[in-house]
Amino acid sequence: MSDFPYNDLFSCFLQTLQMVGLAGLISFLAGLPLALFLVATGPRGIARNKVLNRSVATFVNAVRSVPFIILLVAVIPLTRFIVGTAIGIMAAVVPLAIAATPYYARIAEVSLREVDAGLVEAVRAMGGSRFAIIREVLIPEALPGLISGFVVTLVTLIGASAMAGVVGAGGLGDLAIRYGYDEFQTNVVIAVVAVLIVFVWALQFVGDRLAAFFNRR
Amino acid sequence: MIGRSGAGKSTLLRCLNGLERPDSGQIIVDGETVTGRSERQLRAIRQRIGMIFQHFNLLSAKTVLENVTLPLKLAGVARAQRDKRGGELLQMVGLAEKAGTYPARLSGGQKQRVGIARALACDPVLLLCDEATSALDPETTLSVLELLRGINKQFGLSIVLITHEMNVARQIADKILMLANGMIVEYGTTQTIFRNPRSEEARLMLRAAGFLPEDAHVRFSV
Repeated sequence: MSDFPYNDLFSCFLQTLQMVGLAGLISFLAGLPLALFLVATGPRGIARNKVLNRSVATFVNAVRSVPFIILLVAVIPLTRFIVGTAIGIMAAVVPLAIAATPYYARIAEVSLREVDAGLVEAVRAMGGSRFAIIREVLIPEALPGLISGFVVTLVTLIGASAMAGVVGAGGLGDLAIRYGYDEFQTNVVIAVVAVLIVFVWALQFVGDRLAAFFNRR
Repeated sequence: MIGRSGAGKSTLLRCLNGLERPDSGQIIVDGETVTGRSERQLRAIRQRIGMIFQHFNLLSAKTVLENVTLPLKLAGVARAQRDKRGGELLQMVGLAEKAGTYPARLSGGQKQRVGIARALACDPVLLLCDEATSALDPETTLSVLELLRGINKQFGLSIVLITHEMNVARQIADKILMLANGMIVEYGTTQTIFRNPRSEEARLMLRAAGFLPEDAHVRFSV
C-alpha cells in the first residue's frame, strides 16, 4: 500500500470546488431569469404567453431528461467551441452548467410561484411595472426559497461533478475512483466521502442560515 | 358598494383603477378616462388611485416604512424625501414607532393602518377599499372605519369602499350602491336606502342584517 495521497486529496477538493462554484454561479445567473420567464409567461403570470411558455418549458424538460453522463459526452463539441478544449476543469464546467441551469430554474420557479398573488396585485395597483413587480415583490418575497433551492442545486452539482473525471477534470469523485476502485485503497475513498459530507453539511448550514435571515414571515 | 359575494363588487372596483378591463362602457376618474388606456398610461393613473385590501397585501420582506414608501419609490421619489413622507404617514395612522418592524409582527388592525398609509403615499384622488375590514374583528373594524372617515373629512378624499356587511355600510357610507348579479339594484344616500329600500335585494339584505322595522322584535328578543 502506498502512502496516503494528502496532496492529491487537497488539489482534488480544490478542483471540485472550482467546478461546482463556477457551474453553480452560471446556473444561478442563467436559471433565475429562466425561472422568472417561466413564471411571468405562465398561466397566472404578469406577462402571460402560452406559446413562449410551452416552448421554453418543453426545452427545459428535455435538457433535464438527459442523464448527466450522456450530456457530459454529448456536449463535447459545444464545450470545445466555448472553452477551446474538451478536457480539464473548464471542459467539465460547461456540461455541469448546462445540466444545473434548468434544474435550478425549476426549483426557483416553484418558490416564485408561491408568492401571494395579492402582493403582485398590490404593486400593480400602485402603478408598478412588470420589472418593479419582479424586483420589489417576486424576488424579495421568494428569496428564502431561492436560497434553499440554490443549496439543493449545489449539492446536486457536487454529485454530478464526480463524473467529471470522464473529461479529465479531476475532482474528488475522480480521486475516489482512481485510488479506491483502481488500486483498492479503501481509506482514500473513506477520506473522500468524509470530505464530501463535511462540505455538503457546511453548504447546507450556511444556506439554512441565509434563508432564515431573509425570511421575515 | 354593497352586495353579496359574487355580486360583482370587486370586479367593479378593480375596473376603477384598470386592474380589470370592462367589456364595454367608459370609466372616468377625476376627469381622466381609465378605459381604453395602454398599460403604461394605466400605471400613471394608478399612482393617483390608492387601494387597500381585505388581506392587507403588505410585502413581508419589507419593513413597515419600506412598505409605506414603496409607491413613492416606484414613482421615482428620492430616498430622503420618501422616508420623510413615510414618517408623516405613519404618524397619521398612529404607527410611527413601528417604522422599522416587519409586517409579520403587526396585528390585523395595524396591518390595515399600514395599508392605508401606503395607499395615501402618492396623494391619491380616490381611495379604493376592497373588503378592507372583512378580516378584522368588530372593534378593529370600527377603529379602521373611523380612520377612513377622518381621512375623508380631513383631506376631502373620496373613498369607494366595498363590503358585504350592512353595518359597515351604515357606519361609513354617505351614499350606497347595491349590486346583485352584476347589476346595480339600488343607488342613493345611506339614509334613503336604510329607511326606504325600493328593491327586493335591498330589503332581503336589510332583513338579514336585522335592519328592517318588521324585524325589530327579533333583535330585541335576542
